[in-house]
Amino acid sequence: MHKTLGVSLGLAVLLASGGAMAGKDLDAIKAKGHVVCGVPTGTAGFALADSQGKWVGLDVDVCRAVSAAIFGDSEKVKYVPLTAQQRFTALQSGEVDMLSNNTTWTLTRDTALGFDFGAVTYYDGQAFMVSKKLGVKSAKELNGATICVQPGTTTELNLADYFRANKMTFKPVVIEKVEEVRAAFFSGRCDVYTNDSSALYSTRVANVPAGQSPDDYIVLPEIISKEPLAPVMRHGDNQFVDIVRWTQYAMIEAEEYGITSKNVDEMLKSENPAIKRMLGVTPGMGKALGVDEKWAYNIVKLVGNYGESFDRHVGKDSILKIDRGLNRLWSQGGLQYAPPIR
Amino acid sequence: MTDVPVGERKQLAPPVDDSGPLGWIRRNLFSSWGNGITTVVLIAALAWILSWFLDWAVFTANFTASTGAECRGQGACWALIREKLRLIFFGTFPYEQQWRPLLAIIAMLAMLITTSDRRMWRPWRLLAIWSVGSFVTFLLMFGQIHIPLSLFLAVALVVGGVGLAFRQGIGTPLEMNAYRALAAVGAVGLVLRFAGILPAWKLPITPFSYVETGLWGGLPVTMILATYGLLFAFPYGILLALGRRSNLPLIKGLCVGFIELIRGVPLISLLIMASVMLPLFLPTGVTFDKFLRAQVAVILFAGAYIAETVRGGLQSLPKGQFEAADAMGLNYAQKTALIILPQALRVVIPPLINTFIGFFKDTSLVLIIGIFDFLNTANQALVDPAWAGYPGEVYLFAAFVYFIFCYSMSRYSKYLEVELNKGTRR
Repeated sequence: MHKTLGVSLGLAVLLASGGAMAGKDLDAIKAKGHVVCGVPTGTAGFALADSQGKWVGLDVDVCRAVSAAIFGDSEKVKYVPLTAQQRFTALQSGEVDMLSNNTTWTLTRDTALGFDFGAVTYYDGQAFMVSKKLGVKSAKELNGATICVQPGTTTELNLADYFRANKMTFKPVVIEKVEEVRAAFFSGRCDVYTNDSSALYSTRVANVPAGQSPDDYIVLPEIISKEPLAPVMRHGDNQFVDIVRWTQYAMIEAEEYGITSKNVDEMLKSENPAIKRMLGVTPGMGKALGVDEKWAYNIVKLVGNYGESFDRHVGKDSILKIDRGLNRLWSQGGLQYAPPIR
Repeated sequence: MTDVPVGERKQLAPPVDDSGPLGWIRRNLFSSWGNGITTVVLIAALAWILSWFLDWAVFTANFTASTGAECRGQGACWALIREKLRLIFFGTFPYEQQWRPLLAIIAMLAMLITTSDRRMWRPWRLLAIWSVGSFVTFLLMFGQIHIPLSLFLAVALVVGGVGLAFRQGIGTPLEMNAYRALAAVGAVGLVLRFAGILPAWKLPITPFSYVETGLWGGLPVTMILATYGLLFAFPYGILLALGRRSNLPLIKGLCVGFIELIRGVPLISLLIMASVMLPLFLPTGVTFDKFLRAQVAVILFAGAYIAETVRGGLQSLPKGQFEAADAMGLNYAQKTALIILPQALRVVIPPLINTFIGFFKDTSLVLIIGIFDFLNTANQALVDPAWAGYPGEVYLFAAFVYFIFCYSMSRYSKYLEVELNKGTRR
């Protein structure tokens, strides 16, 4: 196995790193010593290289948590930035072990493409953004509005469906390029801009023109389409799929029990049997997954629970300030629900 | 009218308004009413644009903000460039190791600048410059290099083969025997190596920590893709050009087919083929380095264009040159290398540099396959929500860096054109 690259005097010959990503199962990942994780090529809050060239974001935390579960070290990850066109081929060909790439979980992707999805890491969906000056509080009040939308996407179809279902009318302003749609909205050519809610929040912060403030705009609470984003793995690697899935559940469960990266060491002394099982004080869970008994402890200690990760990258502690919305815990009215770790 | 003797003619200075800076202004800017008005209007427009630009880029610009929000409502946010400078230049290369890509850039620049000096245009000097330069560059970038035994054998075979072809009838018997020995050692060694008799030995050189190509980014990536893309495309483009003019129909057909196929598709489609289609044809688990795939796509593409440029040079040579070389009893390799190519390449050097400039910029297309070249790392700087909303500054900065490279190349091409045509000018 040529893991190193040969370079000659004078003629630089890059040899094939054949077999570097060999193997479909956990053993291959353990043998390599790192997880190869396909991430988006740059999406605010989800995956981007920061000023020091380090990958950060909600999607990146998923990779770090998987690495923490397998290796007890959140930095044993190799990030491969992949565009939307490349990502599935890269996973099928074995170039990456998993995708954490803002991928919507759909039936055809789960079946015909030969993939398995992990637990949903972010419930996205189409929403509406309006200027605060309009005084609108709900999408139900948008009857007769002028709406900026990009053509040819499910966004346009969802919009038409939603208004028909609610017996409202709207005037579409259809513009192909995303920069022009934003410009049209911010210049007041339309009352409403519709897109996936995470995109709306980042547009609100990042693209608001000089002289206006992000606070002049609000994203309405209604979500009119389902875009559950989840990590993706190849078929034929069930143990690895289990680890990725339960890594996410462990982060959700940790938030539910109030375990954070700061108090996780104290929580080791907890009398709650569920916490003892999860943190490996009562052994068994790690063995069942095929990882160290400290797996969940390592995830929470090194990466944090789901709420911490969310707040840090997209939520209240970040610049995007995305509302938890559907991503609240089930106990707080959201959809993030983890099956019991037992 | 009496003739004044020549010596006693009074030499008058030209009128003041016809010489010096005033005269120049009068002749060039205000020679007629129309020109005068045009000049005034253009100067006013330039001044207006320049004052607006300076106001934005210098006087009201913010150089020190610590987040993008602090820049709002002011001029250019150069603080963003300050904050993201290392990301833009070196991408995701490990932060504390970024002196390595910096030195690699300097090594490559040194290599390119020494190469541009005509005194260095001797085969052995060029070979030395590029061997040392490339070795240093890749050692800095990778950190560790393992040179396999088969590479040494391949070099022996190539050197022996090239020596045999070019020194035929010129070299002493001893020299020729040395080439034969080298070629034989190389060929036999390679066969034994692939038969598995010789061990898979490697010469390890490991001064730094290993950094894989996936972490490379920024200017070194752009420079490596362009420089080595063209370095490898150059000999291969020449071979294609020679093949296209070959008398053997099969070789000619293959070369024509290849050139036309590559020239008939955009570079983007080649890159997408290399990054999306190629992995599907390989067995699962076997993958080629993504950077290598992009590099090969650039080489293939550049080769076809260089071939067409070189063919133009070949066609410009009079038939007599070929016949004279034949008459001197030179073989094909000698004729081509000693008589034909030096003349043909001299003609095409300016268009070749034009191709080089084009490819330096075209490498930015690799951003569609997720490789972080200079333009893509600049894009990364824009994604950070803490600094979002200042695309103008980032793209202006990227354009400035590209301009420095391309403008230097174009000036160099101009200088070479004059330099190489000294012999034909009267």
